[in-house]
Formats: sequence, structure tokens, C-alpha cells
Amino acid sequence: MTTVAVKDLTLEFGAVRVLDQLNIDIPQGEFLVLLGASGCGKSTLLNCIAGLLDITEGEVHIGGRNVTWEEPSDRGIGMVFQSYALYPQMTVEGNLSFGLRNARMPKAEITERVQRAAEILQIGPLLKRKPAALSGGQRQRVAIGRALVRDVDVFLFDEPLSNLDAKLRADLRVELKLLHQRLKNTMIYVTHDQVEAMTLADRIAIMRGGVVQQIASPDEIYNRPSNKYVAGFIGSPSINFFEGRIEGTDSPRFASGGATFDLTGYQTAGAPLRPGEGWLGIRPEMVVTGPEAASQPFTTTCHVDLVEPMGADTLVWSHVAGAPFRFRMSGQARVTAGDDITIGFSPAEGSLFDKQTENRL
Amino acid sequence: MTSKSLIPNGPRPRRVITGRNIMLYGTLILVCLYYVLPLYVMVVTSLKGMPEIRMGNIFSPPVEVTFEPWVKAWSTACTGLNCDGLSRGFWNSIQILLPSVAVSIIVASVSGYFLANWKFRGAEVFFTILIFGAFIPYQVMIYPIVILLREAGLMGKLSGLVVVHTIFGMPILTLLFRNYFTSVPEELFKAARVDGAGFWGIYFRIMLPMSLPIFVVAMILQITGIWNDFLFGVIFTKPDIYPMTVQLNNIVNSVQGVKEYNVNMAATLLTGLVPLTIYFISGKLFVRGIASGAVKG
Ligand SMILES: Nc1ncnc2c1ncn2[C@@H]1O[C@H](COP(=O)(O)OP(=O)(O)OP(=O)(O)O)[C@@H](O)[C@H]1O
Ligand SMILES: [Mg+2]
Repeated sequence: MTTVAVKDLTLEFGAVRVLDQLNIDIPQGEFLVLLGASGCGKSTLLNCIAGLLDITEGEVHIGGRNVTWEEPSDRGIGMVFQSYALYPQMTVEGNLSFGLRNARMPKAEITERVQRAAEILQIGPLLKRKPAALSGGQRQRVAIGRALVRDVDVFLFDEPLSNLDAKLRADLRVELKLLHQRLKNTMIYVTHDQVEAMTLADRIAIMRGGVVQQIASPDEIYNRPSNKYVAGFIGSPSINFFEGRIEGTDSPRFASGGATFDLTGYQTAGAPLRPGEGWLGIRPEMVVTGPEAASQPFTTTCHVDLVEPMGADTLVWSHVAGAPFRFRMSGQARVTAGDDITIGFSPAEGSLFDKQTENRL
Repeated sequence: MTSKSLIPNGPRPRRVITGRNIMLYGTLILVCLYYVLPLYVMVVTSLKGMPEIRMGNIFSPPVEVTFEPWVKAWSTACTGLNCDGLSRGFWNSIQILLPSVAVSIIVASVSGYFLANWKFRGAEVFFTILIFGAFIPYQVMIYPIVILLREAGLMGKLSGLVVVHTIFGMPILTLLFRNYFTSVPEELFKAARVDGAGFWGIYFRIMLPMSLPIFVVAMILQITGIWNDFLFGVIFTKPDIYPMTVQLNNIVNSVQGVKEYNVNMAATLLTGLVPLTIYFISGKLFVRGIASGAVKG
């Protein structure tokens, strides 16, 4: 069942079109992550769903109702903001109960709900404090609690963890995932952080310039990106591209910079491969080094330009077929700049994109 | 001296007498004298009897302290036709002050909040016109206002003056409140909307409790401005209901009889007492309110 449906949503600020004919369907209980470069309209989309912005065209449905003209508080949503947005003059308890008091809920039930939220988020001892006397992580919990007490079907998060330090962010990320498993609400979550997106999401929607580029599971986004932008956006270090030509139809090959990559076994997105200009994308993680390298469909020896040790693994910068090429090695590997090493990978597991449309082939 | 004090360690030793300090405190003391001396002369003069004043020596403290001039200034000095001192003017001023301050602050804060948070069509144009209003010298508007008040039947009435003060305070106060409310993070406002608070709910329960300092600033501005007003008072009211400043002027500038300097001084001090008290009570909040735009909190 669909809980949130966005239909042909367009939003303009004056002459600037920030969202353009956007369509998203979100099933009940899904954790959807909106990911995209800064300024691509993620927050705007979230605000439109929440009813905090007047949309220019289109419809928003929540829980089967058309809520396009409804007030934010009547839409059955809870929202968590990046800056927490706690009411500074109210205690934690006041913050949690503000929405319920506005809805004129009986006192006893308010107390009960606040208690339950405080227990879930482990902020019971903080209920009498003001937000100024809380740490960043505690404030974030209160902000989540404020959405929690309202007992809504849909949670909207706008970069809720981006003001926290790396360690706390990782902790809260896990907590959020547990919370989702426990509550099974629909959650729409905006983030810049790829790790957050990959770990939390049931599906990820990649946005660019107010348009959804691809909406799919993290696995599919990573392994079968639907266009060159998505391929380049997802993954850190980012994917390597070769510019060249697809040749042959029965046994397709990709020719680039004097090298030929064998594409036998490549799973096409639709029509079979035809000769033409294109891009071949190879993820740094697909590259094999050492003794196994020789058994890969494509093998070459490359010159190491730069080494970035990152602990668990080591990132090597080099050149293959005249194009810059990055790949990952085990953190135990001992390589230094200037070495020549043999690498191998399977081009058929890479991603091919059309030169003109930049769509996946 | 041990060698310990030569190694930089702990708080840096400070020298008290430096060229910079002498300059600084010297200037401060001079400026202080400049402002305090006239006040001192006023206070001592108001406590002397007339014979003592005639002897000169305006700086010497009173030989015989008398509160006679204060009593006279308050209750029996002649201001034109009436001879009941400043007391009448004081109550007139209070009656003008309270409603003008209250109404102007309430209206300005609500419209500032509306302008800052509820973007509506033409808000920018409206705001520009308002700002423009703050810069028009009000003397040019006096004659039109006289006509307007006459037409409305409010000329020469207290309520007319209240209306004029309220309207003239509007541009600067609305500006003050709008700018303060725009500095409140927008997400707070959005959160309150998601929580189901409406226009007034957000105003009373989110914005008001956060903006006490700016209300104090607005109050001080209005109280001193309206209390010290002379021009509007003398033009738009009539002798029975003249505000305190106009009556003070009538006492000080009366041409009949001898000049009673002690009574004049006492009357002036009495008139200045209200704004002064306000400053002393809320000075701290005032400074905090003005600075609070820079440092959020
Ligand atoms: N009130 C506004 N008036 C005009 N343009 C706006 C307004 N608010 C946002 N925009 C524009 O809309 C675009 C999308 O903004 P939005 O805040 O949705 O980006 P975002 O994807 O959330 O970015 P970030 O990741 O940096 O938060 C931006 O280009 C921004 O400049
Ligand atoms: Mg944003």
C-alpha cells in the first residue's frame, strides 16, 4: 500500500523552477532516502510533502488522502529538522507535548505518550531541562521525540544528523535504523552522506536539479546506476570512466585509449549492445590485484602515481588506457608511488553509458 | 625576584598605570564631569531657597536644605491659567503614555511578526513604504494631521494625541520587531506549524517568550519618545490636558514675577524622572536587547 504519493509536483520560486514534474510513490513502512548534491531541491521536496511550502502544480497524497491543500499539522506527518528547531523557552517535556496540547488532547494521554517517547529515546531524565542544557545528540533525540509523540504514519527527516560529530552520527544512525525496525513507519530522509544513505535506505532516490534520476535499492543504485550522473555521484572514491567506442555485436568490446575491454556477458538494460560511442564505468572496488589479477578478463600493468592509505584499505591512483584510474587494495598491501603493479577486472561487470543520452546501456 | 616570574607562566602580569590607561580614564572622567556637573547644579539649586540663590555660588551645596521648591513645582506653580503645578500635567502625560505605548507596541509587534514570518503578496512593497515612513521628517505632516484630527472630531482631545503617537511610532517599531523576528530561525517556525500551532499560537507561545528583550527596547524607545514629546502635545491638545513637558515649559518660561530658579530646576527634574527611572530599571535589558541581534540566544 502506498502511504506517500507525489504526483507531477512542480515548485517555482518566482522564475526559478526548483522541482520539475516530480513523481514518487512510497509504500507503507519504507525507508526512503533522498540523496543529491547541495541545492538540488531535497529540502524543498520535503517541505512540499510537509505542507510548509505552497506548491505550484501537482498533488501530494498521504495515507490515501489528497492533502495538497491541508495544513502541515493535519497531514499525519512528523518532521525533524537539521537545526533541531527545539522551542528554547520550553522544557524537553514542553517541547514534546506542544503538538499534542495544540491538538487539545486529554492530559493523561499526553503524559502517557511523552513517557513512552522518552523511554524509546532514553531521554527520561532530561524531561525537565531546557534545550540549552542539552548536548547535540540529546537535542537530536528530543527533536525525533517530538515527531514520535504525534503517532504519525510518516516521518520526514531533513539532514537530522549533519550537525553531529562522526562518532555520534554513526551511533544515532544505528538507533534510527532500530527505531524504524521497531515502529515500521514510513520514513523519508534527506542526507548528503552516502554512507547514511546506503546503510539506512530501503530505497534511495537520487535527485539532480529538481528531477529524480533514479529510485531503487542501494544495491541496485550502486551496481546498476541508471545513468552516468548517478554512477559518478554514488561511491567514494568515485567510479572510473573510460571514454570510447563499443564495437562488434556478437562479442561486444569496448575500445578506449588503445586498450580493448571484452564485454562478453554484459547484462544490458534493454536493447542489445550496438556499436557506438559510449562510457565504460569501473568501480574502484571491482579491481583485483596480486596473483588473481591474471585470471581476470582484463589484465594490465599500471604505474602507481599516488597512494592514500586509509587503514582498512589503501587507495591507489594510477592511469589505465590513458585515463586516470583509482582502485582499492587491502590495507595490508605494501605499495609505494612509482611501483608497477598488475591489476585485473571484469569489464562486463562495469556499467556502460551512451555517449549522448548518458543513460545506461 | 626569582627566575620563575621571568618565564611566561599563568596569567599575564598587568601594569595598571600605562599611557593607554591614563588616556582612557582621563577621557572618561572628563566626559563624566561634562554630563554630571549640570545635573549637580540643578539638584543643589532645587534644594536652596531663593535668598541663597541670589548670592550666586551656583556650585556650592545648599546651606539650608529645603524641599519647598519641589512641593511648589508639583502642586502650586502657575502654568498659564491653572495654578496647580505640574501634577495635572503628570497625570495627563500618564494618560497619554500608557495607551500609546501599549497600543503601538502590540500593533507593531504583530505586524512585524506578520511581515517576518507569514510571507504574503506585496510584503516587500509594504515594508519599503513603512521604512520610507520612518525617514519623513514629521514636521511636514503636522498640518495634514491637524485637518485629519479635526475631521475625525479628535482635535484637542487626549485620544487624538494618543492616536498620533501610536501611528508615528509604527514605522520604527515595526522595523525593530520585523528584524528581530527574522533573526529567529525559520525552522522553529516550521516546526511549530507542523505541531499544529496557528498564527496566534505561534505568536504567543513561540515568538513572544523568545523576544522579551526586544519588547523592553521598544518600551524604552516609546516611553522616552512620547514622554519627552513637546511639539505634538502643544499642537494637538489644549491647556487643560497639556502633557507635563508643555506645562514645564509654561512654568519655566512664564514672564510674570521673579524667576524662581529653584522651582524651575525642581520642575525640570520632576519631568525627567519618568524616563530616568525606566532607564535605571531596565538599562541592562535594553543593552541586551540591542545586542541580541548579533548574538542569538
Ligand atoms: N525561498 C527561496 N527562494 C528562491 N530560491 C530558493 C528558495 N529556497 C530555496 N531556493 C533554491 O531552491 C533550490 C533547492 O533548494 P533546497 O533547499 O531544496 O536544496 P537542498 O537540496 O536541500 O540543498 P542542501 O543539501 O544544501 O540542503 C536551491 O537552488 C535554492 O537556491
Ligand atoms: Mg537542504
